[in-house]
Amino acid sequence: MAGVGIGVLPLFSTPDRHQDPAACRAQDVSAKNKTFTISTWPLYIDTDTKHHTSTLTDFQKEFGVKVNYYTDVTDNVVFFNKVVNQLGSCTTTGRDMMVLTDWMAARMIQMGWLQPMDPAKVPNLHNNIISSLRAPAWDPERKFSAPWQAGFTGIGYNTKYLPNPPRNIKDLLTRPDLKGKVAVMTEMRDTMGLMLLGLGYDPENFTQAQWDESIAFLEKAKVDGQIRAFSGQEYTDDLAAGNTVACIAWSGDMAAASPDAHSKFLVPEEGMMIWSDNMLIPNMASHQTIAEDWVNFYYRPEQAARLADYNYYVSPVQGIEPYIKKIDPDLLKDRDLANLVLPNDDYLKQTHNFMALSEAQIRNYERDFSNVSGV
Amino acid sequence: MRSRMLPYWLLLPAALWLFLFFLIPFLSLVATSLYDPDGSVLTGYHVTWHFANFPDAIKAYGPHLWRSVWWALIATALCLVFGYILAYTIAFKTGRWKNLVLVMVVAPFFTSFLIRTDAWKLILGDHGWVVHALQSVHLLSQDGRILATPVAAIAGLTYNYLPFAILPLYTSIEKVDRRLIEAAGDLYASPFRAFLNVTLPLTMPGVVGASLLTFIPAVGDYINAQLLGSTNDRVIGADIQSLFTTTQDYAAAGALSVTLLVVVLAATLIYVRKAGTEELL
Repeated sequence: MAGVGIGVLPLFSTPDRHQDPAACRAQDVSAKNKTFTISTWPLYIDTDTKHHTSTLTDFQKEFGVKVNYYTDVTDNVVFFNKVVNQLGSCTTTGRDMMVLTDWMAARMIQMGWLQPMDPAKVPNLHNNIISSLRAPAWDPERKFSAPWQAGFTGIGYNTKYLPNPPRNIKDLLTRPDLKGKVAVMTEMRDTMGLMLLGLGYDPENFTQAQWDESIAFLEKAKVDGQIRAFSGQEYTDDLAAGNTVACIAWSGDMAAASPDAHSKFLVPEEGMMIWSDNMLIPNMASHQTIAEDWVNFYYRPEQAARLADYNYYVSPVQGIEPYIKKIDPDLLKDRDLANLVLPNDDYLKQTHNFMALSEAQIRNYERDFSNVSGV
Repeated sequence: MRSRMLPYWLLLPAALWLFLFFLIPFLSLVATSLYDPDGSVLTGYHVTWHFANFPDAIKAYGPHLWRSVWWALIATALCLVFGYILAYTIAFKTGRWKNLVLVMVVAPFFTSFLIRTDAWKLILGDHGWVVHALQSVHLLSQDGRILATPVAAIAGLTYNYLPFAILPLYTSIEKVDRRLIEAAGDLYASPFRAFLNVTLPLTMPGVVGASLLTFIPAVGDYINAQLLGSTNDRVIGADIQSLFTTTQDYAAAGALSVTLLVVVLAATLIYVRKAGTEELL
């Protein structure tokens, strides 16, 4: 009996998940079935109110499409695990589009999990995308990905409980009055990018020794009790409740928070991280045409302006300023806020990307980070 | 012939069930623990009989395993104390309110486990009334806290698994023949002695059942540690979860799972032997 048990063990190997996008292309049913299913992050799109018709409603009206809009992405890795079995075996995820961060988009392109977009059907994307996002190394022609919004990772703090916020990463992790009141993120690149910056290293190009030192820096802050939590999207709740008073934060979350959340974003003296989230069409998606219409719609400067005015993230679309001036002139008067949506070159000089990683590096770095974070 | 085979045919559904839902997953888990540790989603994971996964995993995560066992033991002890007092009161003292009280014990299950645990975050939060009250009577220093400490995590475990202790305890206390307790009194046993020599031994099956039903899930639980505990005190369930999902290090995750399984099984066997209720097995 035991012999049979041992004998069958090799049958339980897990196959590799690489796929060929050309072989995993579903038939396009956009013409007869006018629905569109998208998975994205919470608080990322404007909503209908008495005085405002949302971009989402306008899209549905203009194209006669019913959109199933799901906010089930709260963490890239968690979402990856949600779809790995379907995408890894060339079956449908039931989604026509998903919105994921650059490094995850790069990983999925490498896995062969994404469908290309026909450039002729998304002219606005290629004409209007801002130059800094036009040609990333992992998708130089923007064939598989279209940025939804971009943003910054820096310091967020509660203005009610903390009138004197930490101005740099070192202070955030060491100032005694913040002990047990600091949160950092479960996203490895956000947190470790800032740790590397805090020690004076370059997140785009660092050595193993520098990485080890940054991990030790983070671990010391954790063991000393400085860090209270490693959080995902829920970090905003803890900050608003005053359980944490300062944390690593995404720019738009702080700017778009309600006034009684007392949340504010600041740029650490050492610099901050920049990222973008990308619209991606997964293999076996069956509404490719509508997905392309969607991308093309959100790359109209007029729509992009309405979106950015709601979530206060950086728009990937150029030429939105005149529209912002029209719908929300106050936004441009507040320098801090305006920089989050329409950053000028000086502001962008303070931003850094995270180094591109191989699968083996991802494994090792995620493991080191997870051993500290406990997530 | 037909009648001789009949018992086996009757066994078939249960055997099939065990095969599909116990044996296959179990073999799959054991296979995972022997994967090549360099496997990835891009290359696949293969059984290479890499037994070193076990010492590697235990070396890296051993302290977390012991913490889980230790916390589960404390929570089980607390559940037994509170659960016994409550079950005893319900069985002997609540009279016609008995059914209502029992429903109240089970009532929290109408809400999801996650929501109940999350609610404790609000109650124990730094600006919540519990912390303020404790601070004003100087049981807690001015910058002290409860949330994000082992105390909160163990309290969460105790709270969440208490009903699993109460119900088996109640069933066995309810069955105790009260004339035996009266007889002990007639023989000059103090109420405490009567409890120790009569009630407690008679309810041992309930105690053993209650401890297993709390200890086993509590060892693997990581929700309480994650939501209520501090990041410094990691438990084994969290390690296994993150190795499977975040790191995709299936080999280490599998090895840890199998180790946890063996530890829990060994602890259960020793406990049941010592407590002397083999009929449970």
